[in-house]
Amino acid sequence: MVNKSISEINDRIKDGSVSVVTAEEMVGIVAELGAEGAAKEVDIVTTGTFGAMCSSGVFLNFGHSEPPIKMQKIWLNDVEAYTGVAAVDAYIGATQVSETLGMEYGGAHVIEDLIRGNAIDVHAISPGTDCYPRKILDTTIDINDLNQAIMLNPRNAYQKYNAATNSTSQKLYTYMGSLMPNFGNVTYSGAGVLSPLSNDPEYRTIGTGTRIFLGGAQGYIVGQGTQHSSKSGFGTLMVQGDLKEMDTEFIRASTFTGYGVSLYVGMGIPIPVLDEKVALATAVSDADIITKVIDYGIPSRDRPVVRQVTYEELRSGSIDIKGREVVTSSLSSFKRSRQIAGLLKDWIAHGEFFLSQPAEKLPSDTVSRPMKQTRGTPMVKDIMSKNVITIHKNASVYEAAKKVMDASFNHLPVVTENNTLVGIVTAWDISKAVAQNTFDLVENIMTKKVITAMDSEQVTIAARRLEQHRVSAMPVVDEQNHVIGIITSDDISMLFARRN
Amino acid sequence: MKIRIIIDQDIVTRPILAEAILETGIPLNIAQAHFDSAAGEIIADIKDTEYRMIKNALVSRGAEVLKLDTPINWDEEECVECGACISVCPTKVFSMDMEWNLKVDNTKCIQCGTCIEMCPHDALSLDV
Repeated sequence: MVNKSISEINDRIKDGSVSVVTAEEMVGIVAELGAEGAAKEVDIVTTGTFGAMCSSGVFLNFGHSEPPIKMQKIWLNDVEAYTGVAAVDAYIGATQVSETLGMEYGGAHVIEDLIRGNAIDVHAISPGTDCYPRKILDTTIDINDLNQAIMLNPRNAYQKYNAATNSTSQKLYTYMGSLMPNFGNVTYSGAGVLSPLSNDPEYRTIGTGTRIFLGGAQGYIVGQGTQHSSKSGFGTLMVQGDLKEMDTEFIRASTFTGYGVSLYVGMGIPIPVLDEKVALATAVSDADIITKVIDYGIPSRDRPVVRQVTYEELRSGSIDIKGREVVTSSLSSFKRSRQIAGLLKDWIAHGEFFLSQPAEKLPSDTVSRPMKQTRGTPMVKDIMSKNVITIHKNASVYEAAKKVMDASFNHLPVVTENNTLVGIVTAWDISKAVAQNTFDLVENIMTKKVITAMDSEQVTIAARRLEQHRVSAMPVVDEQNHVIGIITSDDISMLFARRN
Repeated sequence: MKIRIIIDQDIVTRPILAEAILETGIPLNIAQAHFDSAAGEIIADIKDTEYRMIKNALVSRGAEVLKLDTPINWDEEECVECGACISVCPTKVFSMDMEWNLKVDNTKCIQCGTCIEMCPHDALSLDV
């Protein structure tokens, strides 16, 4: 039985006799020496990860202006920060986007610019009070002008993360990057063998107060992160550190096209090998960490699972989906994760980093519940017109024109004898045919590729499809492609107008 | 070398590619092709010495021919070597070596620009 304490290990760091390895190196050590032998041999295992962590931000204190202001709203380089916390405190969140540049520049870029020492334009407004009379403030500062710049990230270092793919025929732009049509690629995130929480999945050593590597500096774990879902193996951490000590090698702004801004955060956690159980946990390899490939083509909270997969398979460069080899891309950097684990190892070996005893363990039985929604979400069937006027594909353009006039509908779904949808004609198509003197059959002037909706779909989803395809109406069809209604952008605007 | 052949709507139905190949006897190696009712676009590999001949044959039939000789720029300062670009590139310009360093083989680039919007760090660009 091996039984070490954190203070014993710290004594070894002090006298230089500490034995420290990375989580990658530990896999082989445990395989060779067994858990007990490895626990005797190794005092500390270092982990590392470097990837997009949206739930990140920095608390800033600007000091008081003359005359003083109680900031009600504040913008840093045109990116709004939250200042509902005292007079001159603000929280700049990583994903907030610029009012002028949009997704190109956001909170994450402000944070990177602060670390780089670049000048930041500050604009703040206030209603003015007897104690804080100033109403408008404009100034330019850099990180050295701030009293504090404390990174506080509510949710970082996911134990592991679902991989993403796309079953639809359209390219998708997501926070998992571009997902190519028809299972064209798979993207994933996480450091696998080096992942901090995967190396201590029972949180036997990691907890509130654990000293860590954060963004190139020494930081701390505050406690469980938001959405900490330890029961299902998706634990998260809330962490804090001094931005003034950080390095842009390990904190980087990023933009995911069509999605928005995020912050790449570098983090490393030292795991003290207190006993055999800890040693065994740190022997986890890419092959042991299982996650799911999720189909982002389905715009729902409950996206379908395409298959299970290990990090070993993901990192091999391609995986099999439905009999096809699909290329995988990592969104997190394994090279930099490895660099972080190595750097933390060096700090410890050189007596520059000591372990701390956590004050509290992380909860191990939490689940992340979905949102409680008290208002019904409208379905397409609730707002579609059921008395839809259709036209037969062999009808003449003249008949179509007459139907449009009589029914005052702009869109006529084109159907066969048994009401199966084969196309759509609009008032514009008819005008065009008339203008070109082509008094033809409807079949020859209709649009054949029809964008449709299902009656059981949420209106929000149908509305997004209207927007993406720039059409103003969609026939509603059943499973057999029979027309059962029509939904127009007017129906949708009326629904939202009523709600407001 | 790689070339891009653009065929406009009014001639997209004519077999100008086949005609140009027959006339010159140059075997175009087609790497990518996209056709719809509005236009056609082909990326092809040819020998440098054949460029002038095939260009003339295609241009005389109404096509536009461009050299793809300015491949993707890689900003190694901005790059964090995540590898996001790897799975979206149609011609395998990007790969990881054994040590997880990103390798960029510019010679395979067909300047489609797909990787530019994938890169989270704005590390890839094309000269316009």
